[in-house]
Amino acid sequence: MKYKDYYAMLGVDKKASAEDIKKAYRKLARQYHPDVSKEKNAKERFQEVSEAYETLKDPEKRAAYDQLGSFQPGQDFRPPPDWEQQFSRGDFHFEDIDLADLFAGLGGGLRGGRARRDRPIPGEDYDVTARITLEQAFSGTTLELNLQMPEYDEQGRLHRVPRAFQARIPKGVTDGERLRLPGKGGKGGNGARNGDLYLNIQLVPHRFFRVSGRNLYLDLPVTPWEAVLGASVEIPTLGGRVRLSVRPGTQAGQQLRLAKRGLPKPDEEGDLYVIVQIATPPSASDREQALYRELAKVSTFNPRAHIETEVRSETGAG
Amino acid sequence: MKLELAEAVWLEARGTLTLVELAECSGLTEEELRDLVDMGALEPLDRESRSWNFEPRCVVAACTASRLRHDLELDTHGLSVALSLLERVRELESELQRLQARLPRTLPK
Repeated sequence: MKYKDYYAMLGVDKKASAEDIKKAYRKLARQYHPDVSKEKNAKERFQEVSEAYETLKDPEKRAAYDQLGSFQPGQDFRPPPDWEQQFSRGDFHFEDIDLADLFAGLGGGLRGGRARRDRPIPGEDYDVTARITLEQAFSGTTLELNLQMPEYDEQGRLHRVPRAFQARIPKGVTDGERLRLPGKGGKGGNGARNGDLYLNIQLVPHRFFRVSGRNLYLDLPVTPWEAVLGASVEIPTLGGRVRLSVRPGTQAGQQLRLAKRGLPKPDEEGDLYVIVQIATPPSASDREQALYRELAKVSTFNPRAHIETEVRSETGAG
Repeated sequence: MKLELAEAVWLEARGTLTLVELAECSGLTEEELRDLVDMGALEPLDRESRSWNFEPRCVVAACTASRLRHDLELDTHGLSVALSLLERVRELESELQRLQARLPRTLPK
């Protein structure tokens, strides 16, 4: 078990009053709470702060923590010999638990002592993030999950148990969506139901498709002559390459909708939107330039007509 | 070694939840949930009905409320305000993402 300096995490002195500790926590919570914070590592920082406060805000737990002794943060340690008898109601295997687990079981906490009673305790729900590619989201996939779950054995002892299993992800999930794995969360105690495991889906940004909900967006660069004369172009979709007609006179920014070629959630299929862009060659050969100059002479097309017209002044006089 | 295979399901597949089930899921008491409904932070499917039913997405809202209450030590009023603001932020971020996806990117050189 590794030592953590909870006082340092909250930025308070070991002799700080309960009020000081509360103030320190509130300030840090305001700064790092993921729902309100813009900081980069908000979630980890908040977890630290929260864990420290959980122990230090409760007088019993704080006393027990102080009695553990002083160690270097990150140092492996064991509580002093009579600590367990004085403070703990369960036996602990100190090798495979976290300092936080130790205090979760003490004082007025939910577990520890209660683990031996007959009351059914429903298992906790857990949340994990799963990063998948757009291709995996499109066709569905099977993920291998390796988690560490705190669990109580028959004697009421707390362990961190590694659990590995495969989760089948249905096709058509999108970024930010949550899926549920029923019964895969924390184990229920005394015959109560297991908690659930929630998967928060995160899509890895794709090389050229952009995702918005279940719709996909693809930029389609075309040459000036393709836009003017029309063209048949081949584009990728997640379900294979498709041929598309670009109509003569197509404008930049025009969107072409390919129905149901987005993410395929049943009854909620998204579309693929192709956004035309007109790309001009960065440099042109002498011959090309000559041809372009002829075009310029021959064409009467003026895209700036509406902003070139002089504005007539309207004065009161006359 | 063959690993056990679990099926991940869509949240809607769960069907609606009763007040009791929502309390169990979120860790809030029934009274706290009633307060949140009173303040408009949570919406049951039929408010007039004697026993309320909630859509699965309310689980997320209720869990958020539970978390905010615990983490930030907010009272019910503060909680209701925070939930509304978070919902608004979520909607704005969604809209922003939709709009950004529609913008053509500058062409690679």
